Amino acid sequence: MNEIKHPLPYASWESRGFWEGAGRGDLVLQQCRKCGLVQHRPRGLCAHCLESDNLEHFVASGKGEVYTFTVTEQNQAKGFAEACPYVMAYVTLEEGPRILTVITDCAPDEVSVGAPVRASFVAQDRDDGERFAVPVFRLD
Amino acid sequence: MSPSAFPASAAIAGVYEHPSRFSPNKTEFQIMAECAKGALDDAGLTRSDVDGLFGASMSMGLMGIVDLAEYLDLRPDYMDGTNIGGSSFVAHVTHAAAAIHAGLCEVALILYGSTAASNSMAIGTGGSGGSRNPDTAFFSPYGMTTVGSYAMYANLHMNTYGTTSEQLAEIAVTMRRHALLNPHAKMRSPISTDDVLGSRMISRPLHLLDCCIISDGGGAIVLTSAERARDLPKPPVRILGCGEAVQHQGVGRSDLLTIAAKQSGQNAFNMAQVQRSDIDFAMIYDSFTITVLATLENLGFCEPGEGGNFVSQGGISLDGMLPVNPDGGGLSSNHPGMRGIFLVIEAVKQLRQECGERQVSNPEIALAHGTGGTIGDKHSGATLILGVDK
Repeated sequence: MNEIKHPLPYASWESRGFWEGAGRGDLVLQQCRKCGLVQHRPRGLCAHCLESDNLEHFVASGKGEVYTFTVTEQNQAKGFAEACPYVMAYVTLEEGPRILTVITDCAPDEVSVGAPVRASFVAQDRDDGERFAVPVFRLD
Repeated sequence: MSPSAFPASAAIAGVYEHPSRFSPNKTEFQIMAECAKGALDDAGLTRSDVDGLFGASMSMGLMGIVDLAEYLDLRPDYMDGTNIGGSSFVAHVTHAAAAIHAGLCEVALILYGSTAASNSMAIGTGGSGGSRNPDTAFFSPYGMTTVGSYAMYANLHMNTYGTTSEQLAEIAVTMRRHALLNPHAKMRSPISTDDVLGSRMISRPLHLLDCCIISDGGGAIVLTSAERARDLPKPPVRILGCGEAVQHQGVGRSDLLTIAAKQSGQNAFNMAQVQRSDIDFAMIYDSFTITVLATLENLGFCEPGEGGNFVSQGGISLDGMLPVNPDGGGLSSNHPGMRGIFLVIEAVKQLRQECGERQVSNPEIALAHGTGGTIGDKHSGATLILGVDK
């Protein structure tokens, strides 16, 4: 089993905070100062207030638990075909939102629904000057 | 319901399912055009009667419906290229009925065609590889596949309710048993639950035989006013209720087990003023075995978590409490990528009692539910309740 070669993430101004944060080793989420909503994935405004001026980024704990997962045995896409089987999962973060991710550094059979997990960050080798990383999760 | 009120004011007058499951020497539009001819012949109408055009496919892009009109040399008064995934055509029936009711067109033609199999498309396991789109950056780095998304739903269902792989396998076995009665079905040899459980794992807990097949194919539906439909050769099929809905990750807190079918189904039942027990058979989008189980529960045919028992007790078999997909479904008959149109076509043929060996006994009311996109991520749902003309 090889490690996943994550396709490089590209950011817009709406998502730059998340990917730059990941590059520093932080899981960055957005919160609306007006209604308190913590939202993922990131947007240029609060999805509920529909206002652009009250949104702030904050560093989340990086802790959560597995909501559900699958052990992917077949994916023909480059970067994943060689890494099968790998564990793709939804993780519910302590701050509320759910995030799609992979659970790494364990045997697939060790993963279970409800298992506590913690974010770690896979640096990206890229030539455009961005210092993004891909957040993945490990059993905590 | 008043015959002049929506949705009773429109009716399905003709349908056609392309018999081919592999058409390497035909284009998508060519298949759609052959289907148009088939459905218009069935309705006793001609292309000059058509003044409303509806269609979707996996390759029709921006202005696709305009391209389709040109290919057919049609100049309709009303057109709708809504594409909400595989459920699109179920929604098109609602949209066409509304347009006919509003007087915007009188004869609506709904078309679908696909060469997915002869193009060797890997629909379920092609992955979401590299992408330079910031919007897909939240799933492409994680190897999301269509089957993977459904597998995460299935795993959550199993953890929450104790649903088993054997129960899911029963759905695939039932669909195959139905396909044996359909001369056009792609898969024509019987399978057992052991065959399903022994087939290669694609994305745990879904095996190869938990997944739909990939075929070519196409279909067409003709609607007109209920009044005009009564003067046409085939018995009209009435629209009793309809609903559409969308479900997605929102801001990251959706209940994954609640799918769009819950909302669209409730709206359709409310409109039709019928009970679940009034439904004689159901056409349910079966992209994967879990899709059927999730849809049965969300439409209210059984309680959440009871889907496993419902199917393992033979509930969806041709002789069961609620026969599902007598044609063999996408699991065994045909799945060219967007299967919704076949749900409506088979429902109409069954209500007209034209289905030979696979005919449901004297049906009067049918439900068709299409899912587009992926449950477990984001998807649309469209529900129709159809009935014989009385």
